[in-house]
Amino acid sequence: MAVIQVQDLSKHFGTLKAVDQLSFSVNAGEVFGFLGQNGSGKSTTIRMLLSLIHPTSGHIELFGKSMEANRNVILEEVGAIIERPDLYPYLTAREHLQLFAKLRSKQINAARINETLSKVGLLERSKDKVQTFSLGMKQRLGIAIALVHNPSLIILDEPTNGLDPQGISDIRNLIKQLAQQEGKTVLVSSHLLSEIEQMATQIMIIHKGQKIAEGPIQKLLDPNKMVVQVKTTNDAQTLQVILSGSFSNYLLQRTDGIHLRMPDDEIPLLNASLVNAGVGLISVETRNSLEDYFLQVTSNSN
Amino acid sequence: MYKKPTLLIKYGLLTILFFLNSNLQAQVDPLIERVSQKLGLVNDYVAEGVMKTDVSFIKASLGKVKVYFKKPNLLKVKKEGGISLLPKGGVSVTINSLLNTKQYIALPAGTQEYNGKTLRVIKLVPTDDKLDWVISTLWIDPTDALVYKTFTTTKENGSYEITMEYGSYANLGLPSKIIFAFNTKDYKLPNGITLEFGDEDPTSKQKALKNKKGRIEITYTNYVINKGVSNTMF
Amino acid sequence: MKEIISIELYKVFRRPRTYIAFGAIAALIMVIQFGLKMDGQSYAGFLMKDINDTLTVDGNVLNGYLICYILLQLLLVHVPLLVALIAADMISGEANLGTLRLLFTTPYSRTQWVIGKFVAASIYTIVLLIWLAFLALFVSMWIFGTDDLFLMKSNYVVLIQEKDVLWRYVGAFVFASFSLLTVTSLGFLMSSIANNSIGPIVGTMSAIVFFTILSTLNIPLFSIIKPYLFTTHMNNWKEFFDIKVDENNEAIYGTILNIAKIKTSLIVLTLHIILFVTASVIITKRKDILS
Repeated sequence: MAVIQVQDLSKHFGTLKAVDQLSFSVNAGEVFGFLGQNGSGKSTTIRMLLSLIHPTSGHIELFGKSMEANRNVILEEVGAIIERPDLYPYLTAREHLQLFAKLRSKQINAARINETLSKVGLLERSKDKVQTFSLGMKQRLGIAIALVHNPSLIILDEPTNGLDPQGISDIRNLIKQLAQQEGKTVLVSSHLLSEIEQMATQIMIIHKGQKIAEGPIQKLLDPNKMVVQVKTTNDAQTLQVILSGSFSNYLLQRTDGIHLRMPDDEIPLLNASLVNAGVGLISVETRNSLEDYFLQVTSNSN
Repeated sequence: MYKKPTLLIKYGLLTILFFLNSNLQAQVDPLIERVSQKLGLVNDYVAEGVMKTDVSFIKASLGKVKVYFKKPNLLKVKKEGGISLLPKGGVSVTINSLLNTKQYIALPAGTQEYNGKTLRVIKLVPTDDKLDWVISTLWIDPTDALVYKTFTTTKENGSYEITMEYGSYANLGLPSKIIFAFNTKDYKLPNGITLEFGDEDPTSKQKALKNKKGRIEITYTNYVINKGVSNTMF
Repeated sequence: MKEIISIELYKVFRRPRTYIAFGAIAALIMVIQFGLKMDGQSYAGFLMKDINDTLTVDGNVLNGYLICYILLQLLLVHVPLLVALIAADMISGEANLGTLRLLFTTPYSRTQWVIGKFVAASIYTIVLLIWLAFLALFVSMWIFGTDDLFLMKSNYVVLIQEKDVLWRYVGAFVFASFSLLTVTSLGFLMSSIANNSIGPIVGTMSAIVFFTILSTLNIPLFSIIKPYLFTTHMNNWKEFFDIKVDENNEAIYGTILNIAKIKTSLIVLTLHIILFVTASVIITKRKDILS
């Protein structure tokens, strides 16, 4: 069953189309990676999902219910952190969770609060005021607030923002555990494509408010099509060889060197063409990363 | 407010009246004497009463008072709890305080009809400069030697008209009701002090313009006479 | 809804800024009480200079009841600023802090949040007023004693018997609560429009100053709108301290001269409160939370 179902969602701010006819769905138990450049419409979309922004048009359903008509019931089962963690500086970490626990119809006792604080690594600092926290600690507390009431759907916008590498790893493992062991559905947006690649089961890429790619990550990162970076002694001659041959369709618009996305069985043919043309070959590296895919689709979209 | 006569005019009047009326003194003195004798029976009293303040710019309710008197001229009006408003200096110019000093010249001034009675009008002029009144007119009933009205001009506090009604204590010259009437100044406090901005109450303004006289009435309900009053009450 | 109110009250009273108002009121009142205790007789003498020419006033004029009246006259002009410090920050402060989006993603509607926050702000206002009442009335009664209330208005004097005073103060404070709640609701409305703290506070005070000037200026052009301005009615707590007189100019115990004025003012203030809060709800419901 689709936990999130979005159909033809649009948001216009005056003449600016921040989100344009967006449709996607997220199934139960998935970790859904939501990707896009700055200003692509990610946060606007997430805010519309959480009814912080009124859509210009389109339809949102969560748990099979219309968001417009069933907002309060739906939000009982949703936990979210949106962009940077903004909290009350004069309250302690524990007080934050106690306050937000009160706003849920589920009974959330002290043991649950302790468990949540422990999950995000803040149990020892629970009695300290937030104004003494670092950005990373505030981020953890924000995640704790999103999790304290044991929601079925968790929406995390930039959850690893400000965390150190250990913290990033901890949050990644936490998200995987929530999905795999606790059966929760997680929608996570992040700029750290490598992190998304490690935890997401599905991704969607939006660009200028429109969806440009969606699907299971393994399918999108086609193992049969690698990203090849060619380093030679003469870039101009290399490009000439590529464009004059059968490889021109594989060329990617990249500013950081010559890249092609091509079937791996044609790589030897490329090597041979370059050598035959007298191009000094330094290296031919193959990659199949999400970053490469992301850059490819967004540059194609431009 | 009446102008205070100067000392020069007062002495001049005294001299002229003394020479012109020396014969008549022998006739009016007995009436004043009778009044004095009657009042002289009272060494002190404590009276209970109800005081009503009727001044155009003052809203006050009736208040219970106690009036203390001790010969020759100690008088104090005390409200039983609460704030009392009394004519300045007017309370001290009661008949007792006027007559008990014995330092005056009494001059006849004819008769006048008052509330169906024919009253003798007698003017008193003080002979001691230290007294705080300048001239006082008394309206006296010669049949019962009761003073029904006085009009006294003081040095410092303007003029007061005092009218009296008598009841069960008439034999001692003690009134059942006493009314002090006096002129009032305009009352006005700046809006910046009272912080009252906006529309003024039109009725209060009309009242203020209409009537610049004030009255204070004391209706006596009970006298305790000659039982002793400590000086500390004054 | 009661969860929202209890949370909001918790936040209000955990915040250090809240106690500025309580401290400011205490400081102001104590300074005035000290000054009047030390030199009140000359102040009273100045007020009574016209009366003292004609009358002797005997009794404890400068008693706790009069001191309280003086304090209320001064403070009820300035307390709205202290109310606005909190009320005008209830929504915009959260938007500025970024916590508004946390609150609006909980299973409560925006209407519930706005009403709940307004109720919490109102409770704060009432608590502040109770604090003011305690200091201005009861502490003044303790320091200066009690007697009749000798009130010197601009054009006349009212002498209210001691037994007839306390209930009037109760009425005056209840009325003052409506006045201050109107300020609370106006601050709240400003708060729902802006996304920062300072703007709504300054806006609320500016609005009060502006409308107070319109209310007090005796220009015929403004007399049409005056009855509809809330500032025209805010100071009518004073009507509790004016008394009817009979045909003999005798004050009638236990009466209020113009009770209709009090009722009208209460209605106008209540309507303003409803209007401002309703507008806050509508604005908050419609806006996109971008902070």
